[in-house]
Amino acid sequence: MNIFESTAAWFTAEGTWAGAGGIIQRTTEHLGYSALVIILAALIAFPLGLLVGHTGKGENLVVALTGALRALPTLGLLTLFALWLGLGLTAPIAALVILAISPLLAGVYAGIAAVDPITVDAARAQGMTEWQILSRVEIPLALPLIFGGIRNAALQVIATVTIVAYINLGGLGRFLIDGLAVRDYSRMVGAVLLVAALALLVDLLLAGLQRLTTPAGTS
Amino acid sequence: MNISLNTTSLNRRRFLGVLGVGASVSALTACGISGETAFGTGAQGGPIIVGSADFPESQIIAEIYAAALNQRGISAETRPAIGAREAYIGALQEGSVGVVPDYSGNLLLYFDAQSTAVTAEEIIAALPQALGETLAALKPSTAENKDSMVITSQTAEEFGLRSLDDLSEHNRQLVLGAPPEFAERGYGLPGLEKNYGFTPQSFEPINDGGGPLTVKALLDDQVQIVDLFSTDPAIIANDLVVLEDPKNNFLPQQVLPVINGELVSYAAAQVLDEVSAVLTTEDLIALNTRVSGEEKANPATAAQDWVAENL
Repeated sequence: MNIFESTAAWFTAEGTWAGAGGIIQRTTEHLGYSALVIILAALIAFPLGLLVGHTGKGENLVVALTGALRALPTLGLLTLFALWLGLGLTAPIAALVILAISPLLAGVYAGIAAVDPITVDAARAQGMTEWQILSRVEIPLALPLIFGGIRNAALQVIATVTIVAYINLGGLGRFLIDGLAVRDYSRMVGAVLLVAALALLVDLLLAGLQRLTTPAGTS
Repeated sequence: MNISLNTTSLNRRRFLGVLGVGASVSALTACGISGETAFGTGAQGGPIIVGSADFPESQIIAEIYAAALNQRGISAETRPAIGAREAYIGALQEGSVGVVPDYSGNLLLYFDAQSTAVTAEEIIAALPQALGETLAALKPSTAENKDSMVITSQTAEEFGLRSLDDLSEHNRQLVLGAPPEFAERGYGLPGLEKNYGFTPQSFEPINDGGGPLTVKALLDDQVQIVDLFSTDPAIIANDLVVLEDPKNNFLPQQVLPVINGELVSYAAAQVLDEVSAVLTTEDLIALNTRVSGEEKANPATAAQDWVAENL
């Protein structure tokens, strides 16, 4: 039996999908961790990106920060945080939030900064407050780039959430790490296919959402 | 006891080798040409080459063998970190090394995966046949490095635990942390259930092979039982308790020298037996602590100190 046949056999075996530790449970966990990570990262990245993009202050800092965060190895961070905080959700989520901040921040900051200064000045001349300028002019015009950042972050996070199975958590990474531990390669290939399919599906959904929310003429 | 070779002729060859070829080897080595390039395998007439696997403990034991042989006037040198078992057993069979340290249970399973031997004695008794003509296992030491179930001394006191036999009274009360394969391997959860009737409250996979994350989870009481190697310095450093395994759920893994019978003289084998007679698990923990701990001692230095103290 070659690897494709044995992977197909794994997918169709009894107990692979339903029940404790099945694909359905693992996929739900995977999406849960991913959503938690992206929401927490957005809570940090969005205000910071809007502030820097709108005021133009601290641009160098943001560029340096996003570059530096990208370079941090997430598995290394997970181990470091877990040695400090122990097992549980906090350590891996913190490591993944650091991964997700970078694309979100870059998208928001670049989107706001790219809005034509003439448009912003025109809004200001009409008597809009700074908050109104940001919320009614800059954010709608920046949406394509902001969405780009969100889609980028979602893709990276869904692929990387697999590493939470390095310690005692679930998600689709469980199949990868457990499969490797007992040299069960068909289980690993199955997990890879599931993660890839999930990432593509979520990206497709976000692309649809982007079409619905972006003002005409901006993308 | 396990070696069956015509020692008299070997002794003579070795004697001549030490006088003649050995001398020229050291002369060539001094000029920067190593013995093995000048004389093929080199081990034939030169010093005994002690190989090792690619992890620190194996290198320490190899350095001990070499230091002990040198101390008794038998020229020996080491070839550290050859690789995994496939690599160093291969090197031993082709004669590029004469001795390697190994672990009895895994050595037997490497040659005979179907073996049913479970006790330390059965494993030693099964080895000569499994190893075949060329190789031989010398006397085993009491030093052992195997998977073992470890708890904190507080847990031991609180639940009255000394042996895996005591666990069945605390079914579903204790959380077990171990590498993911522990859930499925024969010695893992299935073995604990079958041999000791124990099921943990939950199993927490920790994928660092009994490393610092596992030890931290145990010390933080996030898990109460972990799988550590019996020579892990963390056991003594944290005053941990290793649960006894009377039913041999975990295959015994005694440290012993494996030799290529054509390359190791009877006198050399006797020196290695001397080492095995005194080497203990506690010694290995102490040596591992020196080499892998804060001191970062050179394996050769730690080994020489041990030989000076114990032989």
